[in-house]
Amino acid sequence: MTLETVRQNRPAQAALGLLFGVVFGFLLQKGGVTLYDVILGQLLLVDFTVVKVMLSAILVGMIGVHAMRAAGLVRLHVRAGSFGSTVVGGLIFGAGFAVLGYCPGTAAGAAGSGALDAAVGMAGIVIGAGIFARLYPALGKPLLDRGKFPAATLPELFGVSPGLMAGAVAVMIVVILAALAALGL
Amino acid sequence: MIESLSAATWSPYIVGAGIGILIWMTFLLSDRPLGASTAYAKTAGMIEKAISRKKVESMPYYREVTPTADWQWTILPGVIIGGFVSAVVSGTFDLVSVPPLFAATFGADTLFRFAVALAGGIIMGFGARCAGGCTSGHGISGTLQLSIASWVAVACFFAGGILAAGMLFGFRFP
Repeated sequence: MTLETVRQNRPAQAALGLLFGVVFGFLLQKGGVTLYDVILGQLLLVDFTVVKVMLSAILVGMIGVHAMRAAGLVRLHVRAGSFGSTVVGGLIFGAGFAVLGYCPGTAAGAAGSGALDAAVGMAGIVIGAGIFARLYPALGKPLLDRGKFPAATLPELFGVSPGLMAGAVAVMIVVILAALAALGL
Repeated sequence: MIESLSAATWSPYIVGAGIGILIWMTFLLSDRPLGASTAYAKTAGMIEKAISRKKVESMPYYREVTPTADWQWTILPGVIIGGFVSAVVSGTFDLVSVPPLFAATFGADTLFRFAVALAGGIIMGFGARCAGGCTSGHGISGTLQLSIASWVAVACFFAGGILAAGMLFGFRFP
């Protein structure tokens, strides 16, 4: 059985999605990032747990994914963004993030661990996504397509190899994590 | 091992590394990055479909994000189950309506907290689909692929979040 047969087997993929979700939810809950107080603590810059989890995940994930890509085992899945979709959408997301106090993944983990407000927030996210879907045809030209980014990836933008860029980002992440630890944050 | 599984929390570095390895597996076995917000859009599509199948088939967004219970959807019930299992083995499962920080600042009224959470969710759901991803899809899976859109998106998530949190709770840093 090759990787491709697993990837194209729909029932197997639906089961894998569930399994990956269980592991993800378990890790988020164990990390304490399914707690409203921890997430707001991050946005108020008094608790850096969320940033530590994210940077560690990026560091480990980046090394493995780029190594597997170099070995021809995996493909990247990157879409080019735009000012209108990425910046405007990102800022709207951030505002909602602070008001709800969970993000889409951590809200589900929090709901599983008994946070009823997170379950209400999940219903809100569905409604918000539904509103976007309704408005999607009208938003394309005036917003989403505005100011397309010149490249999809950082290595393309800077004209360096993905390996070199990944190495530079890895060093940056280690420095930030060390600085947070040194500052006692 | 039993001891560590029942620990209330794990080190953020261990949890982060675990998520990183999980993403190796999603790329290897499913040819996909890990993300959560698409599942919400699919759920919205499923609800619309239950009301009117014709309408959904005519909506361009649901042709791109199909309202089907595939990998990108099953992950979400998975996260709920994972959070539940972790909370139970940690001994921290507890039905809470108003988180402590919210209660200390805005009072412990359950309906008020639910209304705020619903409003926050609507804003975030809209923003996530507009930006094409969330804290997992852009914030972790996209950034680790060195996607420009993802690094810009995560900077905007935190810029918007820090600004809004400061306006709600008062800026506390440094």
